[in-house]
Amino acid sequence: MLRGLAGGVSHVEVAAGTLGAALDALGERYPALERRLRDERGALRRYVNFYVDGEECRRLAGPATPLQPHTEVVIIPSVAGG
Amino acid sequence: MEILLAIGTRKGLWLARSRDRRHWDVSGPQFPIADVKAIGIDMRRETPRLSAAVLNSHFGPTVVTSDDLGETWSEPDDAPVSFPEDTGAALEGVWQFAYGPESDVVYVGVEPTALFKSVDGGRTYEFVRGLWDHPHREHWMPGGGGKALHTVLPDPRDPARVNVAMSTGGVYRTEDGGASWTASNSGIFAEFMPEGQQYPEYGQCVHKVAVDAANPDRQYLQNHSGVYRSADGGRNWESIAEGLPADFGFPMVAHPSRSEVIYSFPLESSMMRFPPQGRCRVYRSENAGNSWTGLSKGLPDVGFWSAVMRDAMCTDSADPAGVYFGSRSGEVWASADEGDTWAQVAGHLPDVLCVRAAVI
Repeated sequence: MLRGLAGGVSHVEVAAGTLGAALDALGERYPALERRLRDERGALRRYVNFYVDGEECRRLAGPATPLQPHTEVVIIPSVAGG
Repeated sequence: MEILLAIGTRKGLWLARSRDRRHWDVSGPQFPIADVKAIGIDMRRETPRLSAAVLNSHFGPTVVTSDDLGETWSEPDDAPVSFPEDTGAALEGVWQFAYGPESDVVYVGVEPTALFKSVDGGRTYEFVRGLWDHPHREHWMPGGGGKALHTVLPDPRDPARVNVAMSTGGVYRTEDGGASWTASNSGIFAEFMPEGQQYPEYGQCVHKVAVDAANPDRQYLQNHSGVYRSADGGRNWESIAEGLPADFGFPMVAHPSRSEVIYSFPLESSMMRFPPQGRCRVYRSENAGNSWTGLSKGLPDVGFWSAVMRDAMCTDSADPAGVYFGSRSGEVWASADEGDTWAQVAGHLPDVLCVRAAVI
């Protein structure tokens, strides 16, 4: 579902120092994708998980989680709905 | 003549088409597992434009449009409905589409309680700040389904005049294009308030309001408890519940062309949200609510422990008018003769949240 909002690709490279900045950069390129991940206040959507090098960002510093060169951020829907 | 019936459910959108309103081709789901709470069909365009409010529990809300009767859908890159940064609010869902008398003007009512206006046919929307800045806003409380503006009624005679309704809060009206708003609930009961405070200026849990086919000042209202009409554009309300088996319910629908003809789907009470005796009955009045007739031919007579949500009943614009409703148990029913007889369009769908029909 998200790939369709990113021109069909499953990987995007951005230059950013934090997770939030990476999502800002993603939004510059793919705004319809970015708004599936954060609301208009910039809050991460509750049922979307962001794994920063394997650790979910909410166990780290959330959007302020620092990124290093070559850090991999994996975006996965969590369990929701009924 | 062909009818398009759009069915929004808790888990996606279904479309049904029929030439005789008795046999239907049903297709779907589109937007699977998304909550489709509102559908709009803009008949002012050469090809009707469909709008749908799509709420994905993972990826949030958006509004999509279709100019090919639901074959394909699109949306802008940037969010079509978005709260300004200074409000500190975020869109939780769109509850209503409504069309003004000016071409390309579309309103949406949203959760949290707010109004947006489009001047480009419903592709993008601007925030109506006058309502958000209303001093009553901090006292509007969420109803059971959320804190939302669920009804928008642009006056077909004057683009500056719009009535809205919210749960809770009640009815508000503007006569200056949305800059200022006046609470408009005189005569509407609030059963959940203490004795002596049950007719407040605002705070009522209005469930739905409909406008008469011929006289826009004549309006009909299904309240949390109570059914009302207004003869003065919503300034004052009087009860029309006598003759109904119960005064609780959600939808209120006006006939598309016959003045004083309205439809409701009564439920026992706030604490018994089922049709009385489990009988599936639409009630029709042909005299602005002075009297009511239960319509049941073709509908389940026993064991219908379901309900009809506030936007899950509608009409088409044909003559005779078609009437449609969907249930929380996933059944959709149609009448091709103004409610006299009914036939099932679809069953075993997810909870039906809204239906909208049009002659295409």
